[in-house]
Amino acid sequence: MRRLLHAALTLLGVMALVFLLFHAFGGDPAEILGGLNARPEQVALIREQLGLDRPLWVQFGRYLGQVLSLDFGRSWATQEPVAQILASRLPATLTVMGPILLLEVLLAIPLALAVAVLRGSLTDRLLMGLTTLAMSISFLVYVIVGQWLFAFQLGWFPVQGWSTDGLRNLIQYAPLPIGLAVLVGLAPLVRLYRSFFLEEIGRDHVRTARAKGLAPSRILLRHVLPNAWIPILAQLGAQLPGVFVGSFLIESFFSIPGLGREILLAVNRSDYPVIQAVTILLAGVTLIVNATTDALYRRADPRVGAAAA
Amino acid sequence: MSVHPSRGPLAEVWQRLRRDRVGLGALLVVLAFVAVIVAVASGLLAADWARERAFPHAPPGLWAGEAAGAATMPAGSDPRDSARRLDLSAIDPLAPHRAEWDRRTAELRTTEPVRAGSLPLGADRLGRDVLAKALRGTQVSVSVGVLAALLAVGLGTLLGAIAGYRGGWVGAVLESLYSVFTAIPGILLILAFAAVLGRGLGSVVLILGLTGWTTVYRLVRAEFMRHARRDHVLAAEALGVGPLRRMVRHILPSVMPVVLVQLSLHVIGFIKYEVILSYLGLGVAIDQVSWGTMLAEAQGELLLGVWWQLAVATAFMALFVTAFSLMTDALRDALDPQLAYRTGGRTGNGPGGSPRP
Repeated sequence: MRRLLHAALTLLGVMALVFLLFHAFGGDPAEILGGLNARPEQVALIREQLGLDRPLWVQFGRYLGQVLSLDFGRSWATQEPVAQILASRLPATLTVMGPILLLEVLLAIPLALAVAVLRGSLTDRLLMGLTTLAMSISFLVYVIVGQWLFAFQLGWFPVQGWSTDGLRNLIQYAPLPIGLAVLVGLAPLVRLYRSFFLEEIGRDHVRTARAKGLAPSRILLRHVLPNAWIPILAQLGAQLPGVFVGSFLIESFFSIPGLGREILLAVNRSDYPVIQAVTILLAGVTLIVNATTDALYRRADPRVGAAAA
Repeated sequence: MSVHPSRGPLAEVWQRLRRDRVGLGALLVVLAFVAVIVAVASGLLAADWARERAFPHAPPGLWAGEAAGAATMPAGSDPRDSARRLDLSAIDPLAPHRAEWDRRTAELRTTEPVRAGSLPLGADRLGRDVLAKALRGTQVSVSVGVLAALLAVGLGTLLGAIAGYRGGWVGAVLESLYSVFTAIPGILLILAFAAVLGRGLGSVVLILGLTGWTTVYRLVRAEFMRHARRDHVLAAEALGVGPLRRMVRHILPSVMPVVLVQLSLHVIGFIKYEVILSYLGLGVAIDQVSWGTMLAEAQGELLLGVWWQLAVATAFMALFVTAFSLMTDALRDALDPQLAYRTGGRTGNGPGGSPRP
């Protein structure tokens, strides 16, 4: 119950932050809506219609009421309801981001386990040095070179594009962006998971298991992996909300009509209702995900609940 | 019996750092970059990066190639010549203005720059020297990263120190501020700030600094809570040392290793963010050059087979970031050998875990 109250208060704080941010620095919405040729009377009229001439706390109260009734208003640029914009852009984002997260985790766990076993060896040090170098190059470079090499030169994939058919998107258009994102995301993830595994490998019960003469593979699967699940779950939980935002870079680079590109368009057009709605919804999703991972921890590790109580 | 003079803590750190060959090499590379950045900032290097110096997309090469001016126009093709031959002044409605126009034309001089056929590292679409652009871009990108990291880490340290030492209702307010900022995915928060702050170098620093303080806040708060109950701090309190002095003089020095390592980690993270923001059109202003704007130009160039700008910008960035990461690792080990276990941060991860811009 306390947890729920805290989450509700945090959400209120997010709304206040977003509201104040756009009101303090965002420029006058009435002038943006009125356009370049609006006369002062017209701007004043728009201001009155939107209630912008009222005191700040009245505006915040009205805004709060709108958000609570899940009415985010209309986009200033296209007059499309914001809820409809979000609903129509989400499938494309999920088509790209879902496979990325899944592939990354499924590939990173065995790789990190393998590297953790080889710790201290020349292969390990070489691999760690290589990942430092690979991670120092911008994501943007991989995307530029990847598109040029695989799509433009080799012709394995379409350069970019998207269709209305979900399956065709997944098979034809999504593989290149997904592949590049996984390629880039894998190095830091393997390093992170490796550190989780190394911490577990150093523990007493693992040493005992080794002293008992258990097979190395059995030690890894039965004694190391189960304990490493907790930091892995925590890290996944932190990444999950990002799945809904999508990758701004990937989506704008490959012209995928997802949420990320939509938010970027909104930022470039100063389309505040869209940005506000996305920010608040994402904060809500984050809080739900956090609560769920908390509950999952307790399932994965009874000690967590005992320590918190 | 010989008595060793006791060395200060900084001398200890230097002793440990000196034994780390890789870290020392990385430090030298970073110092070389610092020298270049100072030279560029003071106008000694790459001051005229925006000047047209070669043909568009001139390839890299050590020999200057054939220097060439503008192609001379064949006589007679100038439209003014034909106008002079045919006297239309009686019916030409523009005739009264011609004398004035001619006078004003004479006042203006156009100069044709001498364009080189090739430059050491090639030229971009406007014939600008890629090497000069890369040097200038290094200064801009690294400055953005360092300034934003100073802002973020300074803010995080200040708030973390207050929350960790004072606690109470001040701490509770700061904790809820922290939950609000972390409830929004990082890149989205950055874009929301970018929407209202606009673009330009100062804006990028502000955006990254104001959104990136949370990791440092968390760590510094934990450190201050840990140290506040240490014996030497309690002793200082018993002696009547004020709270501000206790925080700054008695706790902060023990927390500095964490802060310094976080500072370097944030510099790397923010440099990477600047590249992405510049590509998305939310980065530095259009009359400035950074690694991000160079890479953004490179996307179209690559399809034309012009690879040098991409290669140069990538090489500069990779060299700096790798050296800086290795230096950070060495610095952490030298400052406090146990730190790696406590903070768990590995280089290369941006602020708040691995960024997915």
